[in-house]
Amino acid sequence: MALYRAHVLVCKGTGCTASGSGSVYDALKEELERRGLDKEVMLVETGCHGMCEMGPIVVVYPEGSFYCRVTPEDVPELVEEHLYKGRVLQRLLYTTPDEEKHRIPHYRDIPFYGKQRRIVLRNCGYINPDNIEEYIARDGYQALARALLEFSPEETLDIVKRSGLRGRGGAGFPTGKKWEFARMAPGDKKYIVCNADEGDPGAFMDRSVLEGDPHSVVEGMLIGAYVIGSDEGYIYCRAEYPLAIKRLVTAIQQAEEMGLIGDNIMGTDFSFHLHIKEGAGAFVCGEETALMASIEGKRGMPNPRPPFPANSGLWGKPTNINNVETWANIPQIILNGAEWFSSVGTETSKGTKIFALTGKVNNTGLVEAPMGMSLREVIFDIGGGIPNGKKFKAVQLGGPSGGCLPESMLDTPVDYESINATGAIMGSGGMVVTDEDTCIVDFAKFFLTFVQNESCGKCPFCRIGTRRMLEILERICEGKGKMEDLDLLEDLAQKVKDGSLCALGGTAPNPVLTTLKYFRDEYVAHTVDKKCPAKVCPALIQYTIDPAKCIGCTKCARQCPVNAISGEIKKPHLIDQDTCIKCGQCMAVCPVKAISVE
Amino acid sequence: MKKITSLEDLRRIKEQSKDLTSARSGGKTRIIVGMGTCGIAAGAREVMTVILQELDRRGLKDVAVETTGCIGMCQKEPLVDVIRPGELRTTYGDVGPADVPRIIVEHIVNGNIVEDKVVGQTD
Repeated sequence: MALYRAHVLVCKGTGCTASGSGSVYDALKEELERRGLDKEVMLVETGCHGMCEMGPIVVVYPEGSFYCRVTPEDVPELVEEHLYKGRVLQRLLYTTPDEEKHRIPHYRDIPFYGKQRRIVLRNCGYINPDNIEEYIARDGYQALARALLEFSPEETLDIVKRSGLRGRGGAGFPTGKKWEFARMAPGDKKYIVCNADEGDPGAFMDRSVLEGDPHSVVEGMLIGAYVIGSDEGYIYCRAEYPLAIKRLVTAIQQAEEMGLIGDNIMGTDFSFHLHIKEGAGAFVCGEETALMASIEGKRGMPNPRPPFPANSGLWGKPTNINNVETWANIPQIILNGAEWFSSVGTETSKGTKIFALTGKVNNTGLVEAPMGMSLREVIFDIGGGIPNGKKFKAVQLGGPSGGCLPESMLDTPVDYESINATGAIMGSGGMVVTDEDTCIVDFAKFFLTFVQNESCGKCPFCRIGTRRMLEILERICEGKGKMEDLDLLEDLAQKVKDGSLCALGGTAPNPVLTTLKYFRDEYVAHTVDKKCPAKVCPALIQYTIDPAKCIGCTKCARQCPVNAISGEIKKPHLIDQDTCIKCGQCMAVCPVKAISVE
Repeated sequence: MKKITSLEDLRRIKEQSKDLTSARSGGKTRIIVGMGTCGIAAGAREVMTVILQELDRRGLKDVAVETTGCIGMCQKEPLVDVIRPGELRTTYGDVGPADVPRIIVEHIVNGNIVEDKVVGQTD
């Protein structure tokens, strides 16, 4: 193996791929060869670094220089300066979003990473996920070896139980206990399932782990199978995650070639086979009973529990289902011990949690924070706050099943109990941030539309109740709401919660309930004052031109897509309210700020 | 690919794979080659190539080879710095390809500074 003095890591996660990292990789390959550096500089494809906002990301080691938004045109200069002459290319370094515009040369010094604690994401963006040897070089499969060769299944289970790990899919059930149920369940055939059916809008934690470090999930499943006594497993991943599936296929194939999956693993009696089941992307299939139905080839609809999967799951056999992030935690817990893991986090919530930070926040991307960190720290310290000097308004936790929290709740620590107490849920880790320009009623409507579309239709309250709730919200946004509607919404929300079989229906009203609780003023403004405070709902706003300020430049009239603006050149213009579609483009182009919205 | 059938197999593969990722972690001995225009003109490229060959030949995996720009002492190029963890930064001047094996054996492996090539030391 040749010695490489420098490693150039190009992020090939979905975020960076979308912003063009593929052509950056190709350009780097060509340029390194052209300069004859390809024998001493290694080019590596990695998974997500988390800072998708800054993609395509290129990191150069040994210096650890973190280059942002690299284009193929930047490549010749980057290679010449950094790799040939050894000068860090200043202009592509990460720059802080504040006024000072500090350039930060080192990966580790970027504030976004400073407050994070990367346990699950330790390999993401650091290793080549398509190369099992890089995973092994980073202690990969050592945990499996320890479990198989040093510990009995009982001892391994005991470590997981003592670690305090709880399910990262959202519900937070203690993982060790779940494993114990499946282990104790009678039966000689047992299954292990990995739930990779991540479907919340704005969530991409599991996808990034699968893309960046697939072996950590495979190793976690192997250890779980050993504890439970299972010889067969499924990873249920939505087909719309093509890159995650590709990396998983490669990972499983390489693990099989090395004998880490198959019969008599590492010379022991333990055998395990792993399959990938591609789902069609229905949100409800993230619910475990629906997920298992889908694996069996049936229509993905939830079934009543009990019986719980631990006793009667896939094809009626005892089955243990955990989420991607939960599985990826397991190898680190076995390697470093229960005490190490439980030293991170709070009294009841141990370890870290990955969040997908999206919406109106500077550093959109993937964040792994120790449990107990406050929402404020996650959004403002790691996320870098709200862009363009706007004010924070709300954060939606846990996707469409979660809740919407206001500024006053920002000091809530991120742990299962504290988040649940607010009416939101931890969920799988989606965090959508909104600023003052977001209408809360419209925001709640968006999530309700999502669950209404994704409802499988089995339970009437979920199928029809969410439809009726949505109609009420639409009415409110159109200015046709009445105060009784708010009570009706609350009443219906409670009934949908109580009358639904699975968590999809059971949590569907959460965004409406929490926004009613924390942002009731805005609902009242829509219904009583017929005003949309954020100036979003088209029926409740009006654009007007101030004749005293208008200079008659005609810019707005030319911009208007429906020709609603009339007026002579150099004379004040007028908007025809009947034609206006409230798109706001006129306001954006006006050079003298003569147009306002009320 | 050979099957892993024991812990020893896994450890061996880990050992072999170490240099796949070792350049990405810190805390190692560093060799820094001056690669400004002055350094390149004085033959730094050739020195760097020999350094890489020599490290590879001796199986020294825990050494990071970095490049740097001009530090202003152009008359002494090629300049090569050696920093062992916790020790001062030693700068060697007028380094030719023939000096490389001596610097690597004496300084990197044995920890003795090659006095006749030293330009200076800083922290």
